[in-house]
Amino acid sequence: MKGTTFSAKDVTHIAALANIPVTAQEEQKLADGFNTTLHVVDQLSAVNVDGVEPTSQVTGLENVFRKDEVDGTRMLSQEEALRNAPRTHNGFFVVDQVLEQKS
Amino acid sequence: MVSWLHECLDYMKLNTLTLTETIAKLRHKEITLSDLYTDIHDEIAEKNGILNAYLALDDEAVRKAEAVKELPLAGIPVAVKDNFLVPGLPTTASSKVLDGFMPPYESTVTERLHKNGAIVVGKTNMDAWAHGSSTETSDYGPTKNPRNLLYLPGGSSGGSAAAVAADLCIAAIGSETAGSVRQPAAWCGCVGLKPTYGRVSRWGVVAMGSSLDSPGPLGKTVTDCAVLLNVIAGRDPYDATTSDRPVQDFVRGISRGVKGMRIGMCYVDHPKLHSTPVDHAVREAADVFRKLGAAVDVVRLSENGAPNTIVTPDYAIGVYTVVQRSEVSSNLARYDGIRFGHPRSAFGEEAKRRIMLGTFTLSRGYADRYYIRAQQVRSLYIRNFRKLFDQYDILISPTSPGYALEHGASAKSPMFGELEDMLLEPSSISGLPGISVPCHRDISTGLYLGLNIVADQWQEEKILQAAYAYEQATEWNAWAKR
Amino acid sequence: MNDDTFEPIIGLEIHVELKTASKMFCGCKNDPFFAGAPNIYTCPVCLGLPGALPVPNRRAVEWTVLLGLALGCEIPELSKFDRKNYFYPDLPKGYQISQYDQPLAVNGRLEVNYQRTTNLSAQAGNKQPSERTIRIRRVHLEEDTGKLLHATVDSPTSPSGLRGAGKKVTLIDFNRSGVPLVEIVTEPDIRSAEEAKVFLKKLHQIIRYLDISDADMEKGSMRLEPNVSVRKKENGKRKKTDALPDYKVEVKNINSFRFAERAIDFEIRRHIGLLKQGETPVQETRGWNEGKGETVSQRRKEEADDYRYFPEPDIPPMRFTKNQIAQIKNQIGELPDAKTERFVTQYGLSGYDANILTETRALAGYFEECVRVAQKTKEHDITPKKIANWMINRQIDLDEVMPAAFVERIVAATHQVAIPEEELDRAIADTIAENRKAVSDYREGKEQAVMFLMGQIQRKLKGKGTPDAILAKLKEVLR
Repeated sequence: MKGTTFSAKDVTHIAALANIPVTAQEEQKLADGFNTTLHVVDQLSAVNVDGVEPTSQVTGLENVFRKDEVDGTRMLSQEEALRNAPRTHNGFFVVDQVLEQKS
Repeated sequence: MVSWLHECLDYMKLNTLTLTETIAKLRHKEITLSDLYTDIHDEIAEKNGILNAYLALDDEAVRKAEAVKELPLAGIPVAVKDNFLVPGLPTTASSKVLDGFMPPYESTVTERLHKNGAIVVGKTNMDAWAHGSSTETSDYGPTKNPRNLLYLPGGSSGGSAAAVAADLCIAAIGSETAGSVRQPAAWCGCVGLKPTYGRVSRWGVVAMGSSLDSPGPLGKTVTDCAVLLNVIAGRDPYDATTSDRPVQDFVRGISRGVKGMRIGMCYVDHPKLHSTPVDHAVREAADVFRKLGAAVDVVRLSENGAPNTIVTPDYAIGVYTVVQRSEVSSNLARYDGIRFGHPRSAFGEEAKRRIMLGTFTLSRGYADRYYIRAQQVRSLYIRNFRKLFDQYDILISPTSPGYALEHGASAKSPMFGELEDMLLEPSSISGLPGISVPCHRDISTGLYLGLNIVADQWQEEKILQAAYAYEQATEWNAWAKR
Repeated sequence: MNDDTFEPIIGLEIHVELKTASKMFCGCKNDPFFAGAPNIYTCPVCLGLPGALPVPNRRAVEWTVLLGLALGCEIPELSKFDRKNYFYPDLPKGYQISQYDQPLAVNGRLEVNYQRTTNLSAQAGNKQPSERTIRIRRVHLEEDTGKLLHATVDSPTSPSGLRGAGKKVTLIDFNRSGVPLVEIVTEPDIRSAEEAKVFLKKLHQIIRYLDISDADMEKGSMRLEPNVSVRKKENGKRKKTDALPDYKVEVKNINSFRFAERAIDFEIRRHIGLLKQGETPVQETRGWNEGKGETVSQRRKEEADDYRYFPEPDIPPMRFTKNQIAQIKNQIGELPDAKTERFVTQYGLSGYDANILTETRALAGYFEECVRVAQKTKEHDITPKKIANWMINRQIDLDEVMPAAFVERIVAATHQVAIPEEELDRAIADTIAENRKAVSDYREGKEQAVMFLMGQIQRKLKGKGTPDAILAKLKEVLR
């Protein structure tokens, strides 16, 4: 199976999706790095995985829940919640006005 | 004339004691906490500037230790990797994105250490976000290998391994996603234990690969690691992936020995390793085990996991690369500089690469080919190990394809970490427990090789027993031999 | 308003906040609307701090299964959570824990029976009974996001000392982050705005019956987004195939069922207008502007968002046994339709009255308690119908009056009518005999005298009988 090849334009698209700022100069270098990595990863195409279930959990655990109770021990005060924030206002976190609608 | 004086005094700096020795001597009042911490701090003051093992130190450590000295761990100083949240000190995961972050809560692992009387003496350096096997990708400078300053300590728990190897602590805590405890332990010549995934809580550990991350101890001896495992292991209601299997006493029975154990020797016939120093070292180790009464077979490599063979680790590289980066791309999405931390432009190169590649391998049109396929191949490794552990109690292999590499080596390939951790990735992606113990030393460089011992899920006692027996029967562990 | 050559294809996506005590994946208090201050119900988990891990709320899972069962869904044996990855300031982890390909409930249905308004363009009030089955594609569980507020602040606190009057910012409150949210998605089976409104009211009623959410659109504990498109009918009839139009428009910012009806109506007309001109409406998201009575384009959906779903590694999957599902099913109780039918057959009520009394479980329960109490008294004429009548037509505050007291009032009122004829005649005769002066006063034209006589008669009857009946009889006798 032919592998994927990354171009600088592909990097732009992925960077946007990943919310990572990249400069034009970084793009080609990143593309080259991705191609090296994907070359290694593409070796997986040689493996026969017909009928094999993907694993996403290795513990075998199921049905792990918590009781519907308020846990005061882990709740943060407003001050603790805001303590590490660079910008706050009257108990809120602050960002520059979001114009784009969310997904 | 002076030499007999030294023999009479038999002076030993207290920071060079093992955990087991330290606790015993404190209990018997042979030494004091104050002296212990003085020696530790003196050593740190002397060496840390060069080694850069620690990023942050707790000035109040000895005072805190005095308050808990009656508890089982007697106030001992433990070095903790900087991806564990510990209030009172910054937690940065060695990334500028978290520069100055003061956690409002604590990791379960360090909370359990505290409850048992251990003190976090400082936070250790790591590859930023645990993305690496060299500690060179730290945003706060690399750590040097205490055995030879020209060489890398390994990673990502390089700071913790270096702190142990240089006696800057009594024991340490790290985390392994695929190799990040065992590999630096091997490169630095100390012991590193990766518990079964789900054995130790990840609550309060900066997430890297959620289905892989396993917090674990690094120590001077196998017993030291077992003592710490006793303390930190066990179900945590705040981590839904921790098992409710009861935690046995991993110290009791550690000296049972390997008589009658069935041991499989793996990967030595891999084309990259055949006839290299690691091949020889592991074969020597196999002879040691045989002398101790175990049966050791060679488990041949195969492409497809046919009966009595082990799947080549080559594919595990691809599996790990994809799964880890996919999970990383999601786990690092919360770092947007709004509620804490700095903007995403502060991510280092390696972090950016991994986030972006992981985004790609999950993206529409590619998720099937990359993410799903990787998780399918993962299933094949799990199946393969399950069959092998019907035949064998433990599997041994080299920890690393070779000795520690020189500084600068990690920049040579974007796949550096994955290639170095190749031999550990199969057991990591399968969630198995593994331990690395020193098994060879190069006189000329002072560097070590590590022996990797792996068992089936939840069978830490087997790897501890085998590791202990090996440690006692050989000369490689200077602390154990003292 | 339906142009007969076109038919609307409408699907609904509804979100409902569950009223559990704690949040979906952590133990924070679940009370965002009444919090009183921002960011007071947060913890490392719902704030998305490093190292935090989610643990699912068992009750939220059970309530979702409960709702699914009440909507006639199948509950697959295996279910799990998945991560839905996207970036937005109200999403602290940069992903939402939701469900993708293995939701808790699938393939349900809701019967919608109503009087459909036909030909609105003709006379108003033409109604035809309509029985429709709206298929429920899925019911799944996820977590809610934080809340954004747009504001202009003079000087937000900032280390860099950002000052400047009137800086436009967005404020974020994470009290709501992590609240359990159930998502219900219908197939695009709905064929009119009116039908959508009826469906929503029905769904809302069921949710209130189950007592799993306040489902209050004003408080935001119920939200809805219709998907609207329009297709041409074949020969004036509905298409036989299920072929859907090749576009759909999502409508947001709808704050009530009435607005939903208006917005959907607007969209239908807009689409028909475009299609008649040979244009295909653009696939996009539009916002409803109630003030202007129109939808406004918000965002083009040129390519669908890439959420990069993958199974949530931090949460083990869920497996339900048949027993567990049966136990949850037993908790559903009697749903509105069944209760209405029973009220008609068991109590002889009209469909109209039965519908009113089964509006909420509480009201229906009140009614049945009154019936029970009435049956215990010796007054056999306090029928369920009478109780229904009183409850529906009299303005009595049922929060203030207990069922037993309510029945007593009816008894007191109706008892006055049921006075035996002879008793009334005797009381009147005796009163007249004992009060000759008053009688002669009345015959001389003094009207007040009759009031005096009335009072005396009522004393003899000890308050029984209605004043009107007594007065009429008395006047008759005095003539």
